[in-house]
Amino acid sequence: MAGTTEPSSQPVIFLQNLVKFFGRFAALRDITDSFAPGRLYVIVGDNGAGKSTLLRVIAGLMQPSQGSVSLLGAERVRDVAHRIGYMGHAPLLFDELSGMENLRYFAGLYGLRDDRACSDAMRRVGLDPDLERRVGQYSQGMRQRLSLARAVLHDPELMLLDEPFSNVDVHSAREMAAVLGRVRDQGKTIFVVTHQAPLMEAVADEFVHMSAGQIVSRQVMTRSTVSVSSEAGGAR
Amino acid sequence: MSSLTVTRATLWKDLRMEWRSKDAINSMLFFSLLVVVIFSFAFNPTAEESRLIAGGLIWVAFLFAAVVALNQTWARELRNQVLDAYRVSPAPPNALFLAKALGNFLFVVILEALMAPLFVVFYQLRSVGPAWQLVVVALLGTWALVVNGTFFAAMSIRTRSREIMLPLILFPISIPALLAMVDSTTGILTGEFSPDFWIKMLLVYDVIFTAVCLLLFESVLNAE
Amino acid sequence: MKPLSILFIVFTLALLGFSTYQALVVAPTEQTMGDVQRIFYYHVPSAWVAGLCFFVNFLASVAYLVKRGSNVDALAAASAEVGVVFCTIVLITGPIWARPVWGIWWTWDARLTTTLVLWLIYVSYLILRRFASGSQTQVLSAVLAIFGFVDVPIVYMSIRWFRTQHPSPVMGGGENSGLDPVMLHAFFWNLLAFTCVGIILVAARYHLQKMENQVESAHAQLALQGGAR
Repeated sequence: MAGTTEPSSQPVIFLQNLVKFFGRFAALRDITDSFAPGRLYVIVGDNGAGKSTLLRVIAGLMQPSQGSVSLLGAERVRDVAHRIGYMGHAPLLFDELSGMENLRYFAGLYGLRDDRACSDAMRRVGLDPDLERRVGQYSQGMRQRLSLARAVLHDPELMLLDEPFSNVDVHSAREMAAVLGRVRDQGKTIFVVTHQAPLMEAVADEFVHMSAGQIVSRQVMTRSTVSVSSEAGGAR
Repeated sequence: MSSLTVTRATLWKDLRMEWRSKDAINSMLFFSLLVVVIFSFAFNPTAEESRLIAGGLIWVAFLFAAVVALNQTWARELRNQVLDAYRVSPAPPNALFLAKALGNFLFVVILEALMAPLFVVFYQLRSVGPAWQLVVVALLGTWALVVNGTFFAAMSIRTRSREIMLPLILFPISIPALLAMVDSTTGILTGEFSPDFWIKMLLVYDVIFTAVCLLLFESVLNAE
Repeated sequence: MKPLSILFIVFTLALLGFSTYQALVVAPTEQTMGDVQRIFYYHVPSAWVAGLCFFVNFLASVAYLVKRGSNVDALAAASAEVGVVFCTIVLITGPIWARPVWGIWWTWDARLTTTLVLWLIYVSYLILRRFASGSQTQVLSAVLAIFGFVDVPIVYMSIRWFRTQHPSPVMGGGENSGLDPVMLHAFFWNLLAFTCVGIILVAARYHLQKMENQVESAHAQLALQGGAR
């Protein structure tokens, strides 16, 4: 995909009365909202607001207790799994393998046989593909970057990234944010959950504020000025 | 990505990781040796008697070794929550299961191949019946233990006391397979009766439970 | 409680009283075994009820995996627990019967051994239910129940074959053949009574579980509206 593409009018993610219970605790409380494609959404909020849970439900790692999620036009996440990339809190990597070996394996899960995709992904996050060191011996920041590489390896249309900048130094984090911006410019949709909102201000299209399991406001950013939209449709 | 490629890739990755660290193999080899030695102390039969009881002893020893191997089936996947990455990908869950089961099968068969000569030596075993049948029984029986064991290992990692949970739910269900393994081994060693029925029964057991495992693995993998 | 339920309970108690009378008083004393044979009127019906409970557990588990309903899972839990209780009764009454009659506490005959293995399988099911964390309990136990139930015929066949290879005394071997008609009569009354008792126990346990689920559900709904943690 070359250059910019116009975001289509069909929402890429559509949440309908989404509820998620953990026992008696309501992590997501009746969220109804939709998200247009081709934009970079930054999800912010306090600890326990439900940001990670929302991402996990969208990724299909958890089933909603009530309500529904429809992604990329499909009802079941399973059907569009190859178009989604997910990065979680945990590294999701094998400590005993090297960076390239990890990526090669995960690429295989998506049907990719090409080594070049793996080495390109590593370079894009600032890692050396020839590094033979096992991931278990990586620094935290390196592991974080490799985890991001794993999530975007297969060039997914929709990326769900949970705290991609934790343990990464400010300079590299800014670079990663810029990379994400360029990826968004290619027409991909990106969701980033982070506690470090300032990092994303330059590239974000929208800030989604969550609190106590609900989306309380959505703040649309224009690149040169900041404008605040009214209350989002999801808050009750 | 077909099931077969994913299975092969996963199996290969596991073998490579095991080869590099070698910690599981080494400790399990030594454990198996210990088991054989301790059993030899505990039961010290004559050559004649040994043919009668060896079937039971050998398979109990194999069972313990297998459980130790099975308990660490998913250990690496758990460490960094790698299973999330697998679940999010389009790769079919059954491919992952088969790869793990095959890996365990290979592993336990190797252990058995190493323990068996020790038993022969310590118990002065000599098979009256055709020894190749012992190999058939060993392969079918090991698959019976491993296929259910790999599955139950995936279940037990979601419980408290996971190491004890695996044998706890595996043993009762494996009783018919164990009976078949023990009695057919005794039959072959003593040459007194044919193991044919048991071999057929093990085959049926293997087919039925492999099918059940493949049918239900996805539910277990995605159980929250 | 619904009036129909109360009626059924009263009916069952009456039935149980009647069947006990049949078993202990009306039925003639067995020629060779003596009065101890009367355990048969409890031993076999218990086995029947246990089997029925485990079958219900199997159906409920399959139904749960198809459509994830909490109530179906409650039925699975209830029937497994009651099944294990009746299975325990079988395993206890068996040796009590065997010792004075055949001089042995236990024999690895096909029926008794299958019952023991059944007991082991479903006790492991109950332990899994206790040790699984949170919402996974339901899925995991439903899966194990299917494994267990599929295993039962295999267990029975393999032990039968083992016993034809290596014969040993069969407990209560020919008690169904040539049974005195009055004894058969008493047997069927007890069968009916025990089945009714089984139904009541499963229903009671099921309702208890259902209420627990409802309490959880209510708390969750409250959390949903209130926003309190």
